[in-house]
Amino acid sequence: MTADASSAGLRSRGLTARTLPRPVVAGAALAAVAVTFLLFAVTPLQGVADFLVAATVLAILTVTGLTLAVEGRRRAVDRLATSGALIALVLTLLPLGFTLGYTAYRGTKRLTGNFLTHSMAGVGPFSPNGGIYHAIVGTLEQVLIASLIAVPLGLLVAIYVTEYGRNAFGTAIRFLVDVMTGIPSIVAGLFVLAFWVLALHKGFSGFAGSIALAILELPIVVRSAEEMIRLVPAALREASYALGVPKWKTILRIVLPTAATGITTGVMLAIARVTGETAPVLLVVGNNFYINTNPMKGPQASLPLYIFQGAGSSSNLDVDRAWAAALTLILIVVVLYVAARLLTRRNSLRR
Amino acid sequence: MTAVSPGVDAASLRDVRSSRRGDRVFSGVTVVAGALVFALLGAIAVFLVVKAMPALQHDKSSFWTTKIWDPDATGRYGVAALVFGTVLSSVLALAMAVPVALGVAVYTVEYAPRRVGRFLGYLTDMLAAVPSVVYGLWGLFFLLPHLVGTQTFLNRWLGWIPLFSGAHGDVNTFSKSVFAASVILAIMVLPIVAAISREVIGQVDPAQKEAALALGATRWEMLRTAVFPPSRPGIVSAVMLGLGRALGETIAVALVIGNTFDISAHVLTPGGNTIAANIANRFGEAGALGRSALIASGLVLFVITLLVNLIARYVIYRSGVEERSAAV
Repeated sequence: MTADASSAGLRSRGLTARTLPRPVVAGAALAAVAVTFLLFAVTPLQGVADFLVAATVLAILTVTGLTLAVEGRRRAVDRLATSGALIALVLTLLPLGFTLGYTAYRGTKRLTGNFLTHSMAGVGPFSPNGGIYHAIVGTLEQVLIASLIAVPLGLLVAIYVTEYGRNAFGTAIRFLVDVMTGIPSIVAGLFVLAFWVLALHKGFSGFAGSIALAILELPIVVRSAEEMIRLVPAALREASYALGVPKWKTILRIVLPTAATGITTGVMLAIARVTGETAPVLLVVGNNFYINTNPMKGPQASLPLYIFQGAGSSSNLDVDRAWAAALTLILIVVVLYVAARLLTRRNSLRR
Repeated sequence: MTAVSPGVDAASLRDVRSSRRGDRVFSGVTVVAGALVFALLGAIAVFLVVKAMPALQHDKSSFWTTKIWDPDATGRYGVAALVFGTVLSSVLALAMAVPVALGVAVYTVEYAPRRVGRFLGYLTDMLAAVPSVVYGLWGLFFLLPHLVGTQTFLNRWLGWIPLFSGAHGDVNTFSKSVFAASVILAIMVLPIVAAISREVIGQVDPAQKEAALALGATRWEMLRTAVFPPSRPGIVSAVMLGLGRALGETIAVALVIGNTFDISAHVLTPGGNTIAANIANRFGEAGALGRSALIASGLVLFVITLLVNLIARYVIYRSGVEERSAAV
């Protein structure tokens, strides 16, 4: 440190500013935890959650205070921000862990082969038997039909928006699709109730549920397909045009196959999303304890609906079955989700 | 692409013509698909209005002010308490979710190593993949009992704030409440806000960040000066989209909220209701007028969420931020 630097008052902010070694920081945090432990041992404070919260707060206060004293205000604020970000991460992962963990814990009790292959037909109020076969059949059919409606339609809309819609109409549709993503699922259900069940007198059916699910699935498919189609390099298209291939054939043979992996990912995520939707299904499929394989006629069961009704039941047997059904539903959704993510890795199109 | 050079034979001319026809047909089909989106949104609005009319006409004077929901027996019903509960629970949920979502977004983009950050991103998105009915079930059987401690704590130390005070001094009966619903909503909205914020923060020009660091800024100062200002419109719209989701969430809320009809800001005490939860809870027992009344309340929800989403989109479009996330 030279004389003129110190005379200018730069000493504390120079390159040799005092810094806390890492072990000291870690030590201070550990000391705070130890003090908290002592507090909980001596005073009437108790509880695991309380201990964790108190220890975290005390550790952050200690470390920040120490930094403030040694390194100055700016570094102290920086440390505080880092701690804040870390706490946010923990607060995000905690509910994920607790939801998945607790569902697995409660669900495995009843989740057996018998549970998966039997319906609730003839299951008395005090019988621990019964299963979700009818609900799985219902959900699979409803989601399949919804996807058969939403995926082709969504692809066409995405193609229009990206390839043909460079005009006011195209912009308007893009905007409306964005607005559609915000439609609450219960409103989609109410629409189908008002339109299909009440106005057209079609009654409750699995297909009515499919329409509602398709409304929710459509914007997700459009947006992901749109994004993927936009990522297809212009050079590919131009090469095709240069060979005299018409635009529609270029789209079908060059653009869509190139974007196929990404589009599939988006479709799988969309399916994962609507598989767990309860609100629209609740209003229009009816519910049924028996196996109804015909989605066009008569009330059908559905996995989310089964869980909802089990949750609201006063019977512990129903609640146990609801947990097992919830575990099944989560497994289906997570498998779809992970598969979609793994597929993303194979996607050659990147932003 | 279909420019005809001089001297082409008839066959290739026919090719060109048929390909033009193909183009016309194909583009026509896609236009129809696009128009269907228009028609669908129009149909949603029209059918909701038509089927809500009987209820709205029957109860013209007090639909907005009545705090009771009894359409089939006494013909008295109104959305006053429902709208209040919907807005209150959603705003409270955002107050809890937004700081955490921003924190986790910043952590995954700026603090964590790239690979770890990507993995944490997947995990956060996984929160959005859990179906709402599972959150409802979990909220009812796991969260409600475990929340009593927090509620007691808030009531004891922050009870001087009207929000956390007991309505009648009863503080030991915490159960299905607006607070419980808000916590569940916060967990469900969190991944949405986090995902969009992550995208937006990730798009900040690295040169700006490096410039801030080169000037001697700490990491937090870099975030404050170089990352947050350009990300603000994107984050605002993320929050609005999260709000839209929270307002319309049905099943999870229906299972953990009190299902009462009073306008009370005491969020810890049992009670509360939202438009969507009320529809889910009352649909089964509703008669003809009851269904119409529920559709009318759904129409109100539709309009509210539409407005919130329009504002969010407006902010995005005006700022020119590209936010397109699979989680949204």
